[in-house]
Amino acid sequence: MSEKKQQVSRRQFLNYTLTGVGGFMAAGLLVSPLRMAIDPVLQKSTHGDLANVSLAVGDITTEPTRVDWKIDQVDGWYESQVSKSAWVFKDENDEIQAFSPVCKHLGCVVSWEGSEDFPNEFYCPCHDGRYYKDGTNVPGTPPLAPLDVFEREVRDGMLFLGEAKPKGEA
Amino acid sequence: MLQKIYDWIDDRVDITPIWRDIADHEVPEHVNPAHHFSAFVYCFGGLTFFVVVIQILSGMFLTMYYVPDIENAWRSVYYLQTEVAHGQIVRGMHHWGASVVIVMLLLHTLRVFFQGAYKKPRELNWMVGVLLFFVMLGLGFTGYLLPWDNKAYFATQVGLEIAEQVPFIGVQLKTLLAGDASIVGAQTLTRFFAIHVFFLPAALFGLLAAHFILIRRQGISGPL
Repeated sequence: MSEKKQQVSRRQFLNYTLTGVGGFMAAGLLVSPLRMAIDPVLQKSTHGDLANVSLAVGDITTEPTRVDWKIDQVDGWYESQVSKSAWVFKDENDEIQAFSPVCKHLGCVVSWEGSEDFPNEFYCPCHDGRYYKDGTNVPGTPPLAPLDVFEREVRDGMLFLGEAKPKGEA
Repeated sequence: MLQKIYDWIDDRVDITPIWRDIADHEVPEHVNPAHHFSAFVYCFGGLTFFVVVIQILSGMFLTMYYVPDIENAWRSVYYLQTEVAHGQIVRGMHHWGASVVIVMLLLHTLRVFFQGAYKKPRELNWMVGVLLFFVMLGLGFTGYLLPWDNKAYFATQVGLEIAEQVPFIGVQLKTLLAGDASIVGAQTLTRFFAIHVFFLPAALFGLLAAHFILIRRQGISGPL
C-alpha cells in the first residue's frame, strides 16, 4: 500500500465512472430521436422554380388585380397541387409588383380595397389591418410589417412568380 | 372473497401502509364544504384533475378510430361521430372536457391567487402549477388541429403565425412545431398528434405527480 493520501476514494471513483457511463448511454439514446425531431428546422429551404401564372405582362394595369395559379407542392411524403394567389399591378415606375395576400398580422387574407371605408389600400377583414398600395403597413393598424413580395420574372411576355419573401429580401 | 385476495397479497407485500399513506389523511375543517359552504372554492383543483382523468380516458378510446393522416383524419372523425355507437358521446366528452378543464384550472388558479396560498413555503408548487397551465394550453392547441377541418386548419395557421413572432427563434420554433417551414400539412398533423398524445401527456403526468406530492408534503394552506 502506498503511503500517499488517497485522492479518490473507491466510492467516489465508482460514482464518477457509473454516472459517466450512464450519461453516455442516455446521451447516445437521445441523439438520434432529437436529431430526427429537429430535422425540419435544419432542412435547407428548397428553392422552387418560378411558375407561369398565365398572365401576359401587357394585361397588367396599375390597378392591383388578384392572380391565382397552381403549383406542385411536396409536403414530406404528400404531393399535391395547391393554389396560390397574389395581388399584381404596375407601380408608378412601370415596374411589376406582386404582393402576397397573407396579412402580416395573423395570416388572414387581404384584398385590394377590401373595405369601402379605406379606398386605395389593401384591407384585412380580420382585425382591420391596412396597407398602402406599395405594400407598406399603415401605422396604427395591427400588421407590423409590409406585405410579402413574390419573386417575379418576365419570360416571353408572361409573368412568372416564385416564393413570397419579406419586403426587402425579394 | 375480495378480502381474502387482499389479505393474501397484503400478507406477502404489506401493501396496507402504501395505500394508507396515499388515502388516509385528514381534511381540515376550513376546506370542507360540509362545515362551511364557501369552502367549495377548494374543490376546483380536484375538479380540474377529475376532468383531466375524463380527458385521458376519452382520448385513449378516441385513438381507436382516429388516424393522424391528412387524407383520412377528417373522415375517421366523421365516421366515429356518425357511424360508431356512442362515438358522438365519447368525442363530445373530449371536446367539451377540453374547455371545462381550462375553466376549472382558471378557477383553481384564481382561488390560490386571491387566498395568497402561493406564498412561502408554497412558491414551488405555484411554479409547477403555472407549468401545468402551459401544458394544458399546449394540449388544447395541438388537439384543436386533429379533426383536420377548416376551423382546425386555420386556427393552427394563426397559432403558428403567433409562434413565429417569438423574438430571434420564431421561425425555427414554427418549423419545429409545424414540421415544415411554410406548409401546414401532413407533417404538421403527425407532429401535433405525437405532441398531443405522447409528449404533453408525459409532461402532464410528471408535473401532476410533483403538484400532488408537494401539496401532501406541505399540507393545504391555513384558513384565511
